[in-house]
Amino acid sequence: MTQPNTIHVHLNGKPREVARGLTVDRLLESLELHPGMVVVELNREILARDAYGSVDVSDGDTIELVHFVGGG
Amino acid sequence: MSESIIEKARAFDEPLVIGGVDFASRLIVGTGKYATNEIMVNAIRASEAEMVTVAVRRVDLDRTKEEGILHHLDPDEFFLLANTAGCYTAEDAIRYARLARAAGFNEFIKLEVIGDERTLLPDVHATLEAARVLSAEGFKVMAYTNDDLITALRLEDAGCVAVMPLASPIGSGLGVVNPYFIREIKSRLEVPVIVDAGVGTASDACVTMEQGVDGVLMNTALAAADDPVRMAHAMKHAILAGRLAYLAGRMPAREIAVPSSPTTGMLD
Repeated sequence: MTQPNTIHVHLNGKPREVARGLTVDRLLESLELHPGMVVVELNREILARDAYGSVDVSDGDTIELVHFVGGG
Repeated sequence: MSESIIEKARAFDEPLVIGGVDFASRLIVGTGKYATNEIMVNAIRASEAEMVTVAVRRVDLDRTKEEGILHHLDPDEFFLLANTAGCYTAEDAIRYARLARAAGFNEFIKLEVIGDERTLLPDVHATLEAARVLSAEGFKVMAYTNDDLITALRLEDAGCVAVMPLASPIGSGLGVVNPYFIREIKSRLEVPVIVDAGVGTASDACVTMEQGVDGVLMNTALAAADDPVRMAHAMKHAILAGRLAYLAGRMPAREIAVPSSPTTGMLD
């Protein structure tokens, strides 16, 4: 039996379909984000940068991508 | 290249040391609310501030990829102080602080836990709770607080590397509304006291520094000025003027005139 080739995740507060089998660094690449410029929180846990290439995005994951913006 | 005014003033003052890091400038500036990124960078350079605050927010995936501030502000040029602005609970502030540290620049965090939307006054209980947790995790916490001495003392006990009482509410530009409490906090704490929030114009910054505090953190006073770059120059001078006036020790104020020229030797 074949699995659908997309999965559903919650990305920055919105439901989103992404390709199955993406690692976090490939997800960032698909969003045109530089891995050094964002911090990734996966299911409320901060993901170390050196894990981006080895951790897969899974169906139902909650992902937060944050960065620095102007502020006081 | 001419020597900067901050460099010239080094002969008359010590560096500001926060959490083991030396700063020549006693002015810390925010990066929010500028009309353009170009004005923001020019104003910060004009201010000669070394430490600049930034906020942690979601990447807006529907917009330009250039909105992150590090596309405009070189982290090698400035010491980044991430904040927990917008957080209303200790739990949220701790989460934001951890995310900020994971960005990989330093262990410093400007801890801010707001208790009320109208005044943006701090929730000091939640601030203390978060300060204890974050200090235990190795963060160098610079805590935004109100002008209450007891809270300031507790924040120092909690391990904060700087305590940052407000001059007046965030973004109000009302200047220092309670100089007595600011002086009292400064006289009782060992860690640096940085006045954070409320400074509106150069005279406010100068008066604040004249209270003997170690520094001032401001954002709106620059960003909301008609000419932020010019105001940044003014603030740089005001901070330095207030600091040196404090160190110099002012003359006693009298409510009666005293002549400056000799009263003897006058012609008949």
